Amino acid sequence: MFLSMEHLNKTYPGGKVAVEDFNLEVEKGEFVCFIGTSGSGKTTTMRMINRMLQQTSGTIKINGQDISQMDPVKLRRKIGYVIQNIGLMPHMTIRQNITLVPRLLKWSQDKMDQRAKEMIKLVDLPEEFLDRYPSELSGGQQQRIGVVRALAADQDIILMDEPYGALDPITRESLQDLIKDLQERLGKTIIFVTHDMDEALTLATKIVVMDDGKIMQIASPDEILQHPANEFVENLIGKDRLIQARPSITTVGQVMLTNVASITPDKLLKEALKTMHDRRVDSLLVTDDGGTLKGYLDIEDIDYNFKTATSVGDVMHNDVFYVKSDSLVRDTVERILKRGFKNVPVVDSNNKLVGIVTRAALVDIVYDALWGDDDKKSDSEDTTAETAAADQGGDAK
Amino acid sequence: MMHFLAVYGLSLLGKTWQHIYISGISLGLGIIFAVPLGIALTRTKRTANIVISIASMLQTIPALALLAFMIPIFGIGVKPAIIALFIYSLLPILRNTYIGMNDVDPSLKDAAKGMGMTPWQSIIKVEVPLAAPVIMSGVRLSATYVIAWAALASYIGAGGLGDFIFNGLNLYRSDLILGGSIPVIILALVVDWLLGKVETALTPRTSEE
Ligand SMILES: Nc1ncnc2c1ncn2[C@@H]1O[C@H](COP(=O)(O)OP(=O)(O)OP(=O)(O)O)[C@@H](O)[C@H]1O
Ligand SMILES: [Mg+2]
Repeated sequence: MFLSMEHLNKTYPGGKVAVEDFNLEVEKGEFVCFIGTSGSGKTTTMRMINRMLQQTSGTIKINGQDISQMDPVKLRRKIGYVIQNIGLMPHMTIRQNITLVPRLLKWSQDKMDQRAKEMIKLVDLPEEFLDRYPSELSGGQQQRIGVVRALAADQDIILMDEPYGALDPITRESLQDLIKDLQERLGKTIIFVTHDMDEALTLATKIVVMDDGKIMQIASPDEILQHPANEFVENLIGKDRLIQARPSITTVGQVMLTNVASITPDKLLKEALKTMHDRRVDSLLVTDDGGTLKGYLDIEDIDYNFKTATSVGDVMHNDVFYVKSDSLVRDTVERILKRGFKNVPVVDSNNKLVGIVTRAALVDIVYDALWGDDDKKSDSEDTTAETAAADQGGDAK
Repeated sequence: MMHFLAVYGLSLLGKTWQHIYISGISLGLGIIFAVPLGIALTRTKRTANIVISIASMLQTIPALALLAFMIPIFGIGVKPAIIALFIYSLLPILRNTYIGMNDVDPSLKDAAKGMGMTPWQSIIKVEVPLAAPVIMSGVRLSATYVIAWAALASYIGAGGLGDFIFNGLNLYRSDLILGGSIPVIILALVVDWLLGKVETALTPRTSEE
């Protein structure tokens, strides 16, 4: 096990029991979210991992090695730490802030300069920012720097304490994408404290629910939605989310239509037009002979180019938006609705076209999810009815 | 005025130099002693209160009395004067260092530690630079005190511009009194201005331009 915490207890001087018999095993590359009410011991638990706090009893091991045997300063240089209030050094440039830990580790200046450039690119900020001071950056930009500062020395474990609490929803979402991407692409192991269940559900591979110093449940987002361990967890998730969670078990493959109108690129536009006419559709998906999705063709394209172009390959669009058949409807429904497509092709793991999801099918899913077998007159009915109505409105456009 | 300079010019220069010398050494010792002490005190809150109270108490002893105390212990001359002035310079520097260090945003200290800085690195690279403006204003205050009180040092035979003033007082000669006091005031203003420059230089930049 990469990181293991066994029978951790923490009692603060004065007698406050902040953490009680905490046990957690974390594999390399996992994204663990600690969630719980205020004062439930999330920060306390996290700070024992980099020895900012000393546990009263219990052991923490990294790669099998007991951290209490390690030099705390060396340990901290190996663990990235994003503190709640960002904590960028106001008297250091962004470059100096990013390379703070590398400098402590006595990297060469060249290597640090190079790393600073890599890091700033990683978070989509211009290189000129390296010579600015933190006060000259917006809150969201500072937060990005706070995140890469915790990565710059190749730390494998990153601790993040409510890093996005103070940000607006849009900035927050883009930073969530960023950190999720880093975890998936660079294989970082992340321990992330949050108050926000939505954040935990989108980011985590493993959620640790805490209340009053005790673990209520440790489970994956799907498990937690389907089987909340107790009433506390249920309340934390909230009724609305539990209802909405139903699409989460359904995969795209289960709801797609398989009878797809498609054509190969070598066909003549005339033939394409005929296929559209026969199938009574206004667009066709284009696949190669092996059935691999290549693009799509719209009736408008034929209309404009009928005289000049001859084959489908000449006028088709290559940039087709598609979803995988084994992805969960929960993860895709929003993307599909947001982009306003009437329908979206579905491919299998080899990129072969296997079906299509229509907006009408999505309406069915949302409808089933909201009412389905649940005939009880609950007080959530008003809000759900509105949601469904709004959805139809969107569809009609 | 010209007449005064013609007669006393040379000795004025000599006394001014003595004055700068006495104040400079006292202030220098004060900085060397009080800044590290102030920093050390931020690590032990309880001792801090005691030490700062003692320093405040020393500050309330009238300057002449303190100088007089020095004579039985250290005799007369430059040495006891420097010691007395050094004691005076301590409090402003000590107090400002302590306050400046304590006022550094705790989340920055936490970040420094969390990034893996040793306590020493945190002090040198984070806390002292951020506290520098406050520490420097303590130094400026001390400098003004020390230069003013150095005039009294002549009372125990340390020389300096005080010699003019005391002579003037003894001889009822207002030109000597003014000839000693005006350079003291100018000196204090110039030093304060210079230290202001130093303060600006030491204040860490937090933005470009
Ligand atoms: N230094 C301390 N001394 C005494 N008690 C403390 C100390 N720090 C935290 N506590 C207490 O320990 C409990 C857990 O605190 P902790 O900061 O871990 O909570 P948290 O889950 O991070 O809460 P939040 O979501 O509000 O940040 C709280 O009841 C808190 O009051
Ligand atoms: Mg907390």
